[in-house]
Amino acid sequence: MARRPPTEPASPDPTPATSGSSPAVATASTATAPAPAPADSPDGGGTGRAGGSSGRRIGTAKAPLRIRLIRHTWLYVMLLPGVVYFLLFKYAPMYGISIAFQDYLPFLGFGDSPWVGFKHFETLFSSPDFSRVLTNTLILAGLHVVLVFPAPIIVALLLNELRITVVKRFIQSSIYIPHFLSWTIVASLTYLLFAVDVGPATQLLNSITGDRLDVLADPDWFRPLIIMQTLWKATGWGTIIYLAALTSVDPNLYEAARIDGANRWQQMWHITLPAIRSTIVVMAILMSGNLLDTGFEQIYLMTNSLNREVAEVFDTYVYFMGITQGQYSYSTAVGLFKAVVGIILIFGANWLARRFKQTGLF
Amino acid sequence: MSDTTTHTAQPTTAGAGTTPPRKPRSGTAVRNTTGGRVFDALNLVLLIALAFVTVLPFLYVIAGSFASESEISARSFFLWPHDVVTDSYDYIFATNTFVRSLIVTIGVTAVGTIIQVALTLSMAYPLAKRYLPGRNLLLNLVIFTMVFSGGMIPTYLIVRELGLLNTYWALILPLAINPFYLIIVKNFFQELPEELQEAARIDGCSEIGVFARVVLPLSKPIIATFSLFYAVAIWNDFMSPLLYIDDASKWTLQMFVRQVTISADMANTMGQLDPNYVPPEQGLKFAVIVVATIPIMLFYPFLQKHFAKGILIGSVKG
Repeated sequence: MARRPPTEPASPDPTPATSGSSPAVATASTATAPAPAPADSPDGGGTGRAGGSSGRRIGTAKAPLRIRLIRHTWLYVMLLPGVVYFLLFKYAPMYGISIAFQDYLPFLGFGDSPWVGFKHFETLFSSPDFSRVLTNTLILAGLHVVLVFPAPIIVALLLNELRITVVKRFIQSSIYIPHFLSWTIVASLTYLLFAVDVGPATQLLNSITGDRLDVLADPDWFRPLIIMQTLWKATGWGTIIYLAALTSVDPNLYEAARIDGANRWQQMWHITLPAIRSTIVVMAILMSGNLLDTGFEQIYLMTNSLNREVAEVFDTYVYFMGITQGQYSYSTAVGLFKAVVGIILIFGANWLARRFKQTGLF
Repeated sequence: MSDTTTHTAQPTTAGAGTTPPRKPRSGTAVRNTTGGRVFDALNLVLLIALAFVTVLPFLYVIAGSFASESEISARSFFLWPHDVVTDSYDYIFATNTFVRSLIVTIGVTAVGTIIQVALTLSMAYPLAKRYLPGRNLLLNLVIFTMVFSGGMIPTYLIVRELGLLNTYWALILPLAINPFYLIIVKNFFQELPEELQEAARIDGCSEIGVFARVVLPLSKPIIATFSLFYAVAIWNDFMSPLLYIDDASKWTLQMFVRQVTISADMANTMGQLDPNYVPPEQGLKFAVIVVATIPIMLFYPFLQKHFAKGILIGSVKG
């Protein structure tokens, strides 16, 4: 890390490495660059870098870029497949976002389709779909914040209070399982359990309410089902990170609190919770960036013609408009809008966390 | 990490009445209040109930897959069938559609995992070399893709342009490198002692040789971990086949499961075996779900261990 400044300027720049703060030094080292090992630049950093195995690296830092590139040919060869992957499947689609401002025509491609400016965004904002999709997304996001986010924290705190190791391990092993099941399986289980008349869960609900419920088709049941699924799948796994944070709590704190007469609840509130506060904040920031990612697979699998009105969120809307109906430009614009809001949310949450004297992510 | 540390910290605590370092069971008088005991009991009951509710749906499906069609419709909920029959399994394994999708999924998962792990390792190694010119630029470009992506439609169009639609490559290549995993593996390589690699180089080992003979053998645990990560991701992937595979004969298991249990599109999906034979319609849904989760269940002990480690490495090093 300490060596950063001398090496840094060389990488994007095809000219030989120049280090040092004054222009005179810079020219001097440029002039001597072709020589294999020029005298160390007088910026004082030289001595610190000379130690140990980094001797070779000083040579690398000083050699002209061309020579360094040749020396590391094999490393670049190893990088190549990965770089091609990122260019093809990550950066090319980013360039492809330009079709949000075009009327995309497949035979003209990303670059040459006619530009239409913000037409698709105007269509989106004036469309009746927009408020519906936005509302659905926001309601699910809100339920997520209120119900899904705190669940692993609570379970982790309760697990932490358990002192019988065997039982604790059994419970952990059980509640981690759903994390590894696909959304297809989760949705299939839901369909089996809540099938009209025959599903065990439906029969239970029927006997409680006295009605004949059709949970899978009823729009009112869509959100509870989604939240139940998410809780079932994610809560157990979510506890891991909090349990890890809890192991770092100093046991002497509990000892001291007990001597001062704190009961279990007070110990939890004043010692355990503050100890995992920074973990909670980090998880909250991470969550905020994903708030609008309502989980395409989950929502898509649970959507049917009867509950579409409340089920459609940005991700599924993009799919239906783009893939099913072939409105590539419009659906790309919708996706871009969602992505931008997501970025604003994550940076906003980070800013908030910093304001409240917590450590942010960035 | 969580497993090992939580558990190694705990056993002493479970011991009878001594004063262990962490939360003694009956240390001081203040401790052993009735309120505390009631809390402990309630907590235990609550958590065990939670564990049961979590596994219950799955136990029900396993039981149902071994039950006869009449029993499934007669009994509302059961965890053990009266008569253990394998009708449902016999049926699904007799259809070529199901068997084909099972083979496809196993093949795609195997090939995909190898490709993804190879690409990830091969890219992570050079990125771990701090002295490599251009390395920081590349790292930043990788990290940027974690924050922002082209999104579903542009990615779909690229896959289509590349002619990958309706090929199994579409299930593998677009997800070939997970940037999060790449960064974690890179950090791991960075922690390996550079002196070892330097020694191999001085002895005349090429860069590839250093990677293959020094670095990889030291990385076996992390390679195992990420192979599992990638394998589970491909096995469970539903979005890629939904987006990129139209041809029903190329469906993976996840697509097949959805078609049978959710779309209830039995006749088309299964293919008709014998017009006079009535398939166990309910039972086969159960059986299909069970088969699609068997690999996950088989590997579960490893998964639990390695995944827990994985997310903690990720969370610590970011």
